[in-house]
Amino acid sequence: MSDPILSLRGINKSFGPVHVLKDVDFDAYAGKVTALVGDNGAGKSTLIKCIAGIYIAETGEITFEGKKVDIDNPRDATALGIEVVYQDLALCDNLDIVQNMFLGREERTGIVLNEPSMEALAAKTLDGLSVRTVKSIRQVVASLSGGQRQTVAIARAVLWNSKLVILDEPTAALGVAQTEQVLKLVRRLADNGLAVILISHNLNDVFAVADYIAPLYLGTMTTQVETKNVTASQVVELITTGKSSGVGASK
Amino acid sequence: MSHDQETISAVQELSMRSVASDYIARVKSGDIGALPAILGLLALGIIFKFSSQYFLTDRNLANLITQSAPVMVIAMGLIFVLLLGEIDLAAGFTSGVCGASMVLLINNHKFPWYVAFIVSMIVGTALGFAMGLLRARLGIPSFVVTLSAFLAFQGVLLLMAGEGGTIPLQDRFIVAVENNNLSPTQSWIFYVVAMGAYILYGLRRVIRGRKATVKLELFKVWLLRNAILTVLAGAATYMLNGQRGNPPQSSIKGMPIVVLVLLGLLFAGTFTLQKTKFGRYLYAVGGNAEAARRAGINVTYIRTMAFVICSGFAAIAGMLFASRSNSISPTTGGGTTLLYAVGAAVIGGTSLFGGRGKMRDAVLGGLVVATIDNGMGLLGFSSGTQYLVTGGVLLLSASVDAISRKGAAV
Repeated sequence: MSDPILSLRGINKSFGPVHVLKDVDFDAYAGKVTALVGDNGAGKSTLIKCIAGIYIAETGEITFEGKKVDIDNPRDATALGIEVVYQDLALCDNLDIVQNMFLGREERTGIVLNEPSMEALAAKTLDGLSVRTVKSIRQVVASLSGGQRQTVAIARAVLWNSKLVILDEPTAALGVAQTEQVLKLVRRLADNGLAVILISHNLNDVFAVADYIAPLYLGTMTTQVETKNVTASQVVELITTGKSSGVGASK
Repeated sequence: MSHDQETISAVQELSMRSVASDYIARVKSGDIGALPAILGLLALGIIFKFSSQYFLTDRNLANLITQSAPVMVIAMGLIFVLLLGEIDLAAGFTSGVCGASMVLLINNHKFPWYVAFIVSMIVGTALGFAMGLLRARLGIPSFVVTLSAFLAFQGVLLLMAGEGGTIPLQDRFIVAVENNNLSPTQSWIFYVVAMGAYILYGLRRVIRGRKATVKLELFKVWLLRNAILTVLAGAATYMLNGQRGNPPQSSIKGMPIVVLVLLGLLFAGTFTLQKTKFGRYLYAVGGNAEAARRAGINVTYIRTMAFVICSGFAAIAGMLFASRSNSISPTTGGGTTLLYAVGAAVIGGTSLFGGRGKMRDAVLGGLVVATIDNGMGLLGFSSGTQYLVTGGVLLLSASVDAISRKGAAV
């Protein structure tokens, strides 16, 4: 197996007296989907924010593409090629798809926005993700369905030659058909060579797309397992008790 | 999967029908555009044309434009603030204070008109900067900040006007802006050059659009729109070139100079909003400030600058007020000025909730407001009735805005 593109070792993070992350180890691989699962309050969001540069871990080290790195703020993460798609998506309803995808990083010639170039790149990116469900990339985001909005948010994240994309509960608010669409898209991201970290509560989703499952239990990483080696009930056990008869010892 | 039925690739073929259905989709998503204002203007024009012999005359058209110019300019500035979902209630008196500064510099300190005008612009942008900082840095609601400023600037204007009450202005360059006209020949040359530039630019856009993956606009629609605009602008130029003086004693004809000022500002504002990063960020912050912040946009800076620009436009309006009445009085920019300006923007199609609006809204809405004001005046209705009707129209546009927004949220 190839080396992980991102690997965390011995990450600790506390908020005052609350020790949220305890010596967490975590790996993500290029071309693979790694699902981060765990109960509410297990520390999933905190862990993600440490990777995204929103929080800084107190101890532990982060290795990205084989090099030890410091991620002190969101800009550092972006510079490394790490993009996060948050649950609330953060899109501007009044702007169209292209405008949203390039927001904050517009291309210009002189002081004038270079619309044709941005439009072409947006179309290419959406094509690369095999997205064919939007009528026009000049549609305003307000007119899109939940799944389409999720697609735009993901496309925005991969527009920048990013290497690692973190998706926070991408299917939480979606219906059955749209969930399936988004899961296909998640799979495609990995197939295109990106490393994907998927945060999810839904084990069906996890088993549908993830190559690895990393269960967090009260701030400790129980063990990172390959999806094909475990059953759903074993993962539930890991999430709820922190150990499982079959896999807990394999660490 | 049933959802793949709507599968259409990113490249879309446009037809008349798809343009119409796109428009309906846009209206449903809350973007009503300029159509209501245009139809309203048309309806008002027809009503007043048939009920007053004076309304659609050469003299009245020029009067309508010079009368509404200052309010339109304030409305243009307000659009920058309204795009963020903010309000500037002080814009009217900002124009009064700026106009007074300019006139006093010319009268008492013998400044050349252009220096005095530039200083008044600096005064205006400084006032806007102060209001913008209070809103963006301290987080005081803009309603409260600008309401305080409304009162305070009114006080400043009273103090500046002093005992005399009104400050007269003699400078012939400033007075010329609202009172002099291009010669008929110059008017036609300007019409041809401006219209030609507009059409050529549009044509270039259409041709480029065809090369890109998505056609920006159907050629036929573009042609139709440009044809209508060419005819209307031509008719207006023709009417403005008509004789509106009393020939033996005085001859007045040609395009008022203020038309050039209005079109210049319309162009500059449209360019800023549609073609630059700053304009894009105004829309983004107005649409979803949190998303804008996460995209790395400096929201505080954008908010502050919107107030600076709004007050800059107000300063230009102050110059127009001074030019139109040859003076500044303690009520310049007061009374109905601000309400008409907000009304103009909203009637034109700018949303009070932020994120939606265009520069042209100020001109279209400004024409509607001025037409109601002017037409009802000609028909002999009292000021009371005029206010009542204008208030009703504003409320109607705001309701359309709110309802279309509600529709978008569902």
